This record gives sequence, C-alpha cells and structure tokens, in this order.
Amino acid sequence: MSQNVSLNAPHKFVISAHNLTKKYGDFTAVDDISFDVPAGESFGLLGPNGAGKSTTMRMIGGVSQRTSGTLTIMGLDPEQNGPQVRAHLGVVPQQDNLDEELRVRDNLIVYGRYFGLPMSYLNPKADELLAFAQLTEKAKSKVDDLSGGMKRRLTIARSLVNDPTILLLDEPTTGLDPQARHILWDRLFRLKEAGTTLILTTHYMDEAEQLCDRLVVVDKGRIMAEGSPAALIRQYSTREVLELRFGSARNTTVAAELQGIGERTETLPDRVLIYAHDGEAAMDSVSQRGLHPITSLIRRSSLEDVFLRLTGRSLID
Amino acid sequence: MTSKETPTGGGSVGSASPGAEQDGGGSVEHAGVEHLGAGHAGTEHAEFQWHSSLKVPHPPEVSAVRARRYGSWYFAEHTLRVMRGYALSLLMYSVGQPLAYLFAMGVGLASLVNTNGSAQFGGVGYLTFLAPALVASGALMSATGEFMFPIMSGFKWRRTFYGPHASPLEPGQIANGHIIGVTLRILAPTAIYFGIVLLFGAAGGPWAWLTIFTATLCALSFGLPLMAYVATIQTDAGQFAIVQRFIVTPLFLFSGTFFPLTALPLFLQWIGWLSPLWHATELGRVLSYGYAEPAWLTVVHVLYMLAAAVAGWLLSRRIFVRRLGK
Repeated sequence: MSQNVSLNAPHKFVISAHNLTKKYGDFTAVDDISFDVPAGESFGLLGPNGAGKSTTMRMIGGVSQRTSGTLTIMGLDPEQNGPQVRAHLGVVPQQDNLDEELRVRDNLIVYGRYFGLPMSYLNPKADELLAFAQLTEKAKSKVDDLSGGMKRRLTIARSLVNDPTILLLDEPTTGLDPQARHILWDRLFRLKEAGTTLILTTHYMDEAEQLCDRLVVVDKGRIMAEGSPAALIRQYSTREVLELRFGSARNTTVAAELQGIGERTETLPDRVLIYAHDGEAAMDSVSQRGLHPITSLIRRSSLEDVFLRLTGRSLID
Repeated sequence: MTSKETPTGGGSVGSASPGAEQDGGGSVEHAGVEHLGAGHAGTEHAEFQWHSSLKVPHPPEVSAVRARRYGSWYFAEHTLRVMRGYALSLLMYSVGQPLAYLFAMGVGLASLVNTNGSAQFGGVGYLTFLAPALVASGALMSATGEFMFPIMSGFKWRRTFYGPHASPLEPGQIANGHIIGVTLRILAPTAIYFGIVLLFGAAGGPWAWLTIFTATLCALSFGLPLMAYVATIQTDAGQFAIVQRFIVTPLFLFSGTFFPLTALPLFLQWIGWLSPLWHATELGRVLSYGYAEPAWLTVVHVLYMLAAAVAGWLLSRRIFVRRLGK
C-alpha cells in the first residue's frame, strides 16, 4: 500500500505520515495521525506523557511496526527499508542507552562503526563531537561517572556521528537541570542552523517554543492542533493571562463571580486563569468586583494554555 | 514547567496590590516565558563554533549496504570492545581456573584414584581422563555468564541493544554479533586451558587439540538456548541464580566429568544424556586418547551439540526481532 506513495512522493518532505496508527492489543497508542515535515524544519510533537509521542518516534525511527497507515522517511518505507532509513537518522531516545561498560569516547566510535564508518573518519569525528558536547575532558571516563546532563549530551553527540539528515529527539531534556537544558537547546539550535531536520517530542512548552518551527499538539494518540507556536497561541488563546490564587478551598466558588471578565476563565485546583487581551484591565475588573486574590500575576499566553484549552488538562500532571 | 507550580514566595503573600505582586512574582514564576523574549537560550555558551570540517566518507545508502553485509561483525566488534574492559581479569581467570582444577584434581584427587590401566578410565591416567571434561566445563561456565548477563543488560538493565537497533543494524545482527563475540571470547581461554593441560602432560594423543573446538561447541550448545531463554525474561526474579545452581552445577557434577556416567545409578544417567557437557566430554575423550565407544555414539555427540546450538541460535534471533521491534 505504501509503495505507491513512496515511489511517487517528491522528496520535498523528508517525513510523510498519513493515517498512521499503532495499536497494542486493544490499546490505541497512535490514532490515525497525519503530518508532513519538509527538509530543514524543526518539528515538534507536544503532549503529556502517554500521548503516543514516543510510539510515533519509534515508528519514524524504523524500529516499531505500524498497525496501519502509510509512513515514508526520505521517500522510503521504514518497514521495507529499515537499514536504509535508519542510515539517514540520528536518534536520541527518551531513555539513554549508552554502553556504560565502554568509555565515553568509545561509545561514539562503536556507534559510528554501525554505519560502516572507517576509523580514519571516526577518530577525529569523535574528538569533534566530544568538543561539541563539552565532554573533551571526559573522553576516557566511564559513562557511569557522568552526570545526567553529560550522559544526555553524550547521547546527542552519539546520534550525530553519521551526520544525520534527520535528528529524532525524544524528550531530550527531561530530567535535566535548567542550566543543562539551556546548553542542550543551544546545541540543538546550532544543528538546526546547519540544516538538520529536527523532530522533537516534549512535554515542556518552553522547549517547544524555543526549538520548534511548527508543532502538533497530541493527546491520547490524536493530533489536536497544528501550527507554529505563535500561531497556535494566537488561535487558541488570548494575548495575556491573569492568574489568580484565592486559596485552594475558594478557587471554585470565586470562579463563578469572575464570569464575564476577559474572554474565558479556566479553573484549576490551585488557581483561576482569566484569558484576556489586556491583563491589567482584567485585574482592575476583578478588584472592582471586590475580590482580593492572595496572589495574582499577568503573563503572556503560552503553549500550556493552548494545551489546556484543547484538552482541558495540564501538560504535566 | 515546575516552577509555576510552586507556591509564590513570602513577599507576595497577603499583598493586596496587584501591581506589586506582578513585579514580585512575575520574574520568579515566569522564567519560562522570559526566554521567549530573551532570544536563544544559552548564548552565554557560544564560545564553541560548530561547523564540522569532517565530511562523512560515504552517503547513507552505502552505510545501509555495509550494515546489511557486515552488521553482525560490527556488533561483534562492540562486544569485544566491552570485553577489552575486563580483559585482564579474564586472562587471570583463564589461567588461574585451569591451574587450580588441574592441581586439585591431578595432584590431589588423582593420588587417591590411581587408575593406571584401569578399564573404568579407558586405560589412561585419571588426569588424562579428566582433562577433556574440565576443558569443556570451563568453556560452558564462561558461556553461561556471557549468555545471561549481557542479554539481560541489553534488553533491560542498560538497554544497550536499543542503541544499535536505532542504527542501520537489524535485531538478528545484534544477536549474531553477540554470539560471534562470545564465541571468540570462549575460544581464547579454552585454548589457554588446553595449553595448561598440555603442560600437565594430560593431553593424551595428537588430536587432543581438537577439544578446544568441541568444548567451544559445547559452550554454544548450552549457551545459545540459554540466550534465547534470557531474551524472553521481562523481570529479573532470581532466574540467573537458579540457572547457575540448579542447571549448571548438576550438569558439571553429573555429566561423566569426574567419573564415567555408567558409575551413576541408571535413574540419574539421563542427566548425562541430555547434558551437552556429557556429549562434549565423551567426544573430547575420543579425540584425546582414543576412548573406545561405538562410532554412531560419537556422531550423536556432534549432532546433538550442533542441533542444540543451531536451535538456540535461530530461536534467539527470532526473539530479538520480536522484542526489539515491539
């Protein structure tokens, strides 16, 4: 079925997924999703844990069989041409799978060998990648001795050993401290500038906003919305958000009294959100009604708000 | 963002003025929104210029062809590189183990069991009788470890099979590569073991060196089915200790190792018939000192071990494909 598509597809899109579905028994992990990714784009899948992001990534990565639908990577079906497809990819899995019994540098060399790359290339390449990942001094260390952030950077360095056309990043910064995340974002940005297509899953809205040209919001295996971060925010949220905390006992009762302020309100267990074009004006209206929150703040809308609007739930539970 | 979920600090609590709160809380709570305006993150780390001067020597298509052709060897190379990390302890074990056994048995036990000319031991000295069994069981024990822990580690503990699986390698090649690596890793100490047997003058005839290979075959005929089994284990609930204590140890003791299988009561002899170690030991005795047994039985020894190894290999590959491709 997919053969026709792959033969006729122009190479305009490096990834084309149509009606992609993956079931595990009765459970549908990925439910009929479609998207195309042009070369050089940084494309994100944003959604909570269990949304089907990793399953989608594993299908794109050519390591998991789809249940139905079509999928082409570089015009090839990963199920028919696994090695050819994977030769184009760099993969950063959600869980690091470095070989902890090998030294840091050897992890890069060994991985390069899987692509049939000769030592004359791999020796200088490994040094270059270690510098890129800021791990030069750790070249001879055991992987065990690295911090979480260092391991993550080594995994990313490893994924670049074959100069991949497409880099798949599954939750690249989960579990990292803020500084380590910023270093990683910086490195990913450089790759993007160098023309690498990035496919990224995340449940961090700030990460999606930083790195993605375009993204799909996924929930329960389905695509809820698609667009650039700014366009999604424009489409699904207001410019500003007023966050009010009245204390967890009172939030719900107060929410009724806030009706009519702003365009929309959203009541969460710990706070009430008022979506308004002008947050200051909304705050004034709240005060005029004689309501005095314990804390309040006005901020710009984010993808978190988009997700809340689309699913009625927070990204991180 | 977790920072937003944390309660605001003392400064803003109780304050009625929205303006002051926004200033106080905004900067702390909305670090995430802050960098939207601040531009690219991490510009302070910009000291490193990323422009790779190295060109990949061949296009992805060639990588794929090479991986298809040599993928098993690439993974074998990985396995051997890992083993290089503990090469010294392997070497010491490979020399120390035979020395200890041959001294204990050859000098100690053999002095009690003086067998010269005894028909029970095929008319050779006890150590010559024992040597093929020790070489084979040494190989089998090395294989037991190498076909259990790295497999569990690859699927579960360290997930080291998932890395190569994301590269052009196929699951079957990962299984093959591990098998090739372990086979080489068994051949080397088995050859050392045989060398020490030679030094003890217990090798027997001119074909005795072939026991290096029959012992390795024995290791595979037990190790590969074991590998297939371990590849199916989802959670480690002490299976490895059970294999060691209730399978490997009885095999070692009841496979005609220290005394002919016929010395056992008949109801225990089946352990020997099923045991690859018994087949390897008997075969080793035929090769070493021309132990007399019917020719068909010698053929059975070889076929039995080959069949078990091939079955274990095919099964392992299948389980690797299924488990990695889930």
